[in-house]
Amino acid sequence: MQAERLAGGFSEPATQSSHAFRIVMEAMARPGTIRPIAGARAPAPLSVAAGTVLLTLCDGDTPVHLAGEADCEAVRAWLAFHTGAPVVGPSQAMFAVGSWQALGPLSAYATGTPDYPDRSATLIVECPDLHPAGATLTGPGIRDQAALSLPETRAFQENRALFPLGLDFIFTSGDRLAALPRSTEVR
Amino acid sequence: MIDQNAPRKGWMGLMAKAPEGRVAALLDQATQRPAFTWLRAPEVGTVMVRGRAGGTGAPFNIGEVTVTRCALTLPGGEIGHAYIQGRNKADAEAAALIDALMQTDAADALRRQVLDPLEAELTAHKAHRAARAAATKVDFFTMVRGED
Repeated sequence: MQAERLAGGFSEPATQSSHAFRIVMEAMARPGTIRPIAGARAPAPLSVAAGTVLLTLCDGDTPVHLAGEADCEAVRAWLAFHTGAPVVGPSQAMFAVGSWQALGPLSAYATGTPDYPDRSATLIVECPDLHPAGATLTGPGIRDQAALSLPETRAFQENRALFPLGLDFIFTSGDRLAALPRSTEVR
Repeated sequence: MIDQNAPRKGWMGLMAKAPEGRVAALLDQATQRPAFTWLRAPEVGTVMVRGRAGGTGAPFNIGEVTVTRCALTLPGGEIGHAYIQGRNKADAEAAALIDALMQTDAADALRRQVLDPLEAELTAHKAHRAARAAATKVDFFTMVRGED
């Protein structure tokens, strides 16, 4: 049983993590587009997409916050074995993963400083479903406008108002993900 | 408090320092290799080794050591980890297998046929080196100072 907990890492770390990184980068560059991503299987309740993103972006230097149900023994053991990332509270986290309800309030996360706006958190939001309908997105990386099923709009508008500070979001559902950087306007 | 991991630390440390090819050779002599699945295929990296001047001073970096690590699991669910010196992936696989098998009923046999010989070899090698170094030791003392 313990062995099953630690299984599900990349079988070919070099190629799979570069493919996954490319997918995350493309998703961030084109907010609102939904892309398939796979490679890693994290223990429940994490989705394939969230697990793959964590394995790709996290290492011993990136503190991770596990919110709500994601904070269980299996996920902690899996994350420690594969990435070595320390599990911390929201204020020190560079990455946070969990459902939208569990992650809030967003004011707890680091939004960067005027000198270093990159010292901010990236939130991996587990969604029940992702589809290109709902809130309207405009801004860099979007030709005219895009649509994405966001859990709400108000929080993202407030986040946009902090620009160039703010949080970046990756939405995951099953083996698909979409991203919403701080530069995108949400209506 | 007793460190429950102490025996495991002992044999993992022993295999980490073993000469190249020795762990794999001893394992094959001792037993047939069981089936296993990789949790982490062997990968080569470096770790920074730190020391303290005189054993108690401020820590300083001695240098980086090449290390191969892997993790595997046996059908029974035991997990074996290996971190060994050098870049020999076959040795890392053998060391992880032994680490996993040491948690099964095969532990006693493995201790007799693999770990004890390995430890004896390592101790002998150490003693040999220490003896060679001791032969070059010079004691300075004054016989006659010629002051009278």
